Amino acid sequence: MWARREAARQLAADPPQATPVLSRSRRARDRWAGRLFLGATVLPLALLVAMSIALLARTWPILQARPIWHLLTGQTWRPLQGEFGFRPFIIGTAWVTAVAMAVAIPPCLLSAVYLVEYARPITRAVVKPLLDLLAGIPSVVYGVWGVVVVVPWVKNALLPTIGAWLGFIPLFAPTNPSGFSVLAGGIVLAVMVAPFIIAVSYEVLDSVPNGLREASLAVGATRWQTVQHAVLPQSAPGIVAGIVLGASRALGETMAVLMVVGNVARTPTSIFDPAYPLTALIANNYGEMLSIPLYDSALLGAALMLLGIVVLFNSASTLVLHRVTGRWAA
Amino acid sequence: MKKRHVEEAVARILMLLSFGLLAGSLGLILLTVVVKGAPALTLAMLTQVPQGGYYLGKGGGILNAIVGSLYLAGGGTAVALLLSLPIALYLGSYTRRRSRWALVVRLALDVLWGIPSIVYGAFGFTIMIALGMRASLLGGILVLALLELPIMVRAMDEVIRMVPAALGQAALALGATRLENALHIVTRQTLPGLATAVLLAFGRGIGDAASVLFTAGYTDRIPTSLLQPAASLPLAVFFQLGTPFPEVQQRGYAAALVLTVLVLAVSLGSRWLAARLGRYAVK
Repeated sequence: MWARREAARQLAADPPQATPVLSRSRRARDRWAGRLFLGATVLPLALLVAMSIALLARTWPILQARPIWHLLTGQTWRPLQGEFGFRPFIIGTAWVTAVAMAVAIPPCLLSAVYLVEYARPITRAVVKPLLDLLAGIPSVVYGVWGVVVVVPWVKNALLPTIGAWLGFIPLFAPTNPSGFSVLAGGIVLAVMVAPFIIAVSYEVLDSVPNGLREASLAVGATRWQTVQHAVLPQSAPGIVAGIVLGASRALGETMAVLMVVGNVARTPTSIFDPAYPLTALIANNYGEMLSIPLYDSALLGAALMLLGIVVLFNSASTLVLHRVTGRWAA
Repeated sequence: MKKRHVEEAVARILMLLSFGLLAGSLGLILLTVVVKGAPALTLAMLTQVPQGGYYLGKGGGILNAIVGSLYLAGGGTAVALLLSLPIALYLGSYTRRRSRWALVVRLALDVLWGIPSIVYGAFGFTIMIALGMRASLLGGILVLALLELPIMVRAMDEVIRMVPAALGQAALALGATRLENALHIVTRQTLPGLATAVLLAFGRGIGDAASVLFTAGYTDRIPTSLLQPAASLPLAVFFQLGTPFPEVQQRGYAAALVLTVLVLAVSLGSRWLAARLGRYAVK
């Protein structure tokens, strides 16, 4: 009896504390880590903004000194005389990218369709790592391949045949015998962006619901008809987005293109002409640019142009892909 | 045969052809690099820095570029990892499913991923000029870190998303905080994927030339401090191919072979590592 009363008295004097499930320090650590992590997530956006501002600030002097229209459409590039016409470079980038896409798109789409619609699972399991491997090869190695294989091939095989048969069309006129040409750059770029385009198209085609295929097959369509009339129309926006992503990869590629495209600052008119893309312009001249007035400003302007185009292309196509596949492009 | 069956056959043939074309290109690239590079690859190439007159065909090797590349890509990957992991963990275990901010961050990362490396190089260069920095190992490492950041975060993000929601819910129900869930559950569960992401970014970093061209410079010596310039393998390939001497060009091919082998080893190594680390995951 006494012992019980004593125990009750003690309890009243010193009630047991419920051990908190979440101690204060653990909760504080969680909160601080959350803030820190949140702070880190600002970084990507901040980097984009910082890049745009830094490049714009460095381009500003030349934008002040020359009307922008003259810069974009000017034909002559003579930094020593203060002439900065970007037209040959812009057109050069456009040509190389266009040829690359023309070469890359048909085989890439056919391969993606094959992988999704026809291939056995084991083929897919083998091909996926191969694509990753192809995507991981450094661009300078593609450049070596371009110099050793593609340029001679263009010079010795394509130039005599295409040039002779179709040479009357200005687009295929055999204008430059060296092989270092828009076509060589386009072929190298096509192989470089292929794994990328295939991977994105694969995702898009794979996200088409199977019911659609089954319905088409059930009414007697062949597989190819199913692809043509059911799968492709459904996935067209996503595939276009994938191609745009591939194109923005291609136009930003530097080393491989620089090594095979000839680097002559003239507007090309034939696929056998040499070209001088914007990326090559920047890479080739960075060393001397600080000694000539406005030169660095012009070159960083080229970088700003690339940044602008790529940001535009990428954000548009990423949003489309997000819509189409319900997830983000890998 | 009906027209549609002919179409089917033609389509099938075309698909197999284009498939063969791509596989053939890959094979041809690897073959080219091996055939051209192997004859010039000697032990001296791998163990010596360029001697006097190296670029005229005299003795020496590309050890400066090999070590420089490992320093650059290693440092860049370490810095990128430091920045990527918090971002990926935040996206994966702190945000709600339909978080606006996560959407914005992912979009920004995807856009960053597509930005050409030459633009990263130009950006890094302008910043370095503004700070009065010379081309150096440090500059190269920082630019590579920025270049690798989006690749690493997106790759990590992809694997963290694969973690079943129930696993995190179980941890939270047992009283774990979000931080403890992120550090002890999510990272352990996704360890193979995280390792793959790191190695993927490393491979991208070691192969990139356009960004280090401006920022790390090139030198015949092995850098001993972060403020010295550093050589890199891609630039070694590029510069040596650009010389008019066949002996030096041969070495360019050999450097390309070394670079390719390194990149392929990293790629295969990441697969092996992923398989090994998978045992810590709850199946």
